[in-house]
Amino acid sequence: MDFGGINPVILLASLMVASTPILLAALGEMVTEKSGVLNLGVEGMMIFGAVCGFIAAVETGSPTLGFVAAALGGMALSMLFAVLTQIFLTTQVPAGLALTLMGLGLASLLGQNYVGIKPPSLPDLHVPLLQDIPILGPILFQHDAVVYLSLLSVVAIWAFLKFTRAGLVLRAVGENHAAAHALGYKVKLVRFAAIGFGGAMAGLGGAYISLVRVPQWTDGITAGIGWIALAIVVFASWRAGRVLIGAYLFGGITVLQLNLQAAGAKVPVELLSMSPFLATILVLVVISARRHGASNAPAMLGRIFHSS
Amino acid sequence: MKRRTLLTAAAAASALTLGLAAPSFAQDKTKVGFIYVGPVGDGGWTYEHNQGRLAVEEHFGDAVETIYQENVPEGADAERAITQMALSGADLIFTTSFGYMDPTINVAAKFPDVKFEHATGYKTADNVGVYSARFYEGRAVQGTIAGMMTKSNKVGYIGSFPIPEVIRGINSAYLHAKKVNPDVEFSVVWAYTWFDPAKEADAAQALIDQGADVILQHTDSTAPQAAAQKAGNVITFGQASDMGEYAPLPRVSSIIDNWAPYYIARVQAVMDGTWESDNTWDGIGAGMVGIGEITDAVPEDVKAAAVEVMNSIADGSYEPFTGPINKQDGSVWLAEGETADDGTLAGMNFYVEGLTGEIPQ
Repeated sequence: MDFGGINPVILLASLMVASTPILLAALGEMVTEKSGVLNLGVEGMMIFGAVCGFIAAVETGSPTLGFVAAALGGMALSMLFAVLTQIFLTTQVPAGLALTLMGLGLASLLGQNYVGIKPPSLPDLHVPLLQDIPILGPILFQHDAVVYLSLLSVVAIWAFLKFTRAGLVLRAVGENHAAAHALGYKVKLVRFAAIGFGGAMAGLGGAYISLVRVPQWTDGITAGIGWIALAIVVFASWRAGRVLIGAYLFGGITVLQLNLQAAGAKVPVELLSMSPFLATILVLVVISARRHGASNAPAMLGRIFHSS
Repeated sequence: MKRRTLLTAAAAASALTLGLAAPSFAQDKTKVGFIYVGPVGDGGWTYEHNQGRLAVEEHFGDAVETIYQENVPEGADAERAITQMALSGADLIFTTSFGYMDPTINVAAKFPDVKFEHATGYKTADNVGVYSARFYEGRAVQGTIAGMMTKSNKVGYIGSFPIPEVIRGINSAYLHAKKVNPDVEFSVVWAYTWFDPAKEADAAQALIDQGADVILQHTDSTAPQAAAQKAGNVITFGQASDMGEYAPLPRVSSIIDNWAPYYIARVQAVMDGTWESDNTWDGIGAGMVGIGEITDAVPEDVKAAAVEVMNSIADGSYEPFTGPINKQDGSVWLAEGETADDGTLAGMNFYVEGLTGEIPQ
């Protein structure tokens, strides 16, 4: 069952683990952007979530509480951004960048006493029956709860935006906040909620790195993954399904190229190293180009709403 | 990091105003700057440089002021960071990563009165000295342990960038593993980063999936240690720092960089006005490279062999690169009994015979 010295089952299983943080953060950011808000603070919220989750998990011994704390931490930080941009009408780009810097600094401060501690591990949630399916079982159904949660969120967010009234309102706010306001929708409230959701998802993604993927706390642990998540939202032209493709492509090829190197494949390492970026951009650009990709951006993205 | 930049910028501004008001005031303290490639909490490379900085502060007390900037990317942005530090009135600046080599040389040309010390590079100038540690001596000890302890005969090696320092480490570890275990094989994964915990963990995981039961790393975070611990039955070595929190397993020993004595000596030289451009390259013997405790997870005979290698290197009776050694293509590098000269070592860009794969160019 080997393929060039690589066992595809193990590879695909670790691909899902590697992609989950990006997927969670990108989904959250997509919802935020759909409401017309550009929050560049994903990296900051992720690392803040990572440290909050790590501390909570270590102190309580429960990884579940860790993830809850991570979501709350990410949300708390995003609320700062919400207050700045929605109430004080600050420009969103610098506010988001400031959020990243602040998140990195705060996380480094909070995490100082937690370097070198091993967090409680999150048990794998083996789906009964399904996990016994040959090949598919070990790939799909022997992961931890957060992986399933991230996949469920893809469907839930897609359905929410497409089929529910609340989703329609959120999109309306993102497309034309003046009209939505005129119709009596609470533009700021909707945006507060969307920003908070984005923060919570980014926090979860961060905690997945510090609690599962790496399991440890180190300064700067997210190492720029938040920026990748931001880029994936754009390349996925604000569609949940494509965010999934983008995140899995990026995470998957990252893992694949390391495996290819370890297996001694005769491919230049430089090419392998840039392959995650190349492939992700290429694939998402191609699928977006076919149907009005970039024009799919929420019309009010990054604009300040002033209800006069 | 921008936050730090702001602080340095602010410091630069205030130094300027102070300088105008009282020209002699700023001269009282010797200002020493450090440029770091990762965060000081990485638990590895940057952590140890920062320990050196703290030792300087402790040794000189009020006579020095140290400043530092974390997470400075290698390349063009480094030039900006170093320039800013020089502008802020630093008398001596340590740039602590290989990729700062050209930026350091460029900035140094613009600030002839500021002294620069670049770690692990090879370009010097009148006001630029270089220093490094002979990590490959420590790799010889690790290779010995790795070769004797591997059961799968597969050793995984996480490389950062294909630069001489890293290649030396791979060659040294391989030669000494091969010496005690002729069947040993090395797989090298290039991570193309010094610090990215998630990627380092993935790289370690990929090597473990490929059957490696020993992981050597030349990246800065403790993430590979955590990955090995999760996998079980895999041993690792602390890199740059002791990483003792992962002892006794998976971390069975470590290479510890000890920069403090060198930093203190160089700061003293600047204070005395005796500083000159130098090229310092010390190893186990001089104490710049330390070997962390070999844990009880290592069998006695392996430990004895490792300690013997370590001691013979320390007292100078043994050189890790002693012939006969062939290059990867089979050509002779060192004849029987010949030892490598520092010039070849400093620019090493080839694998020794037996290693598979190519070095990315």
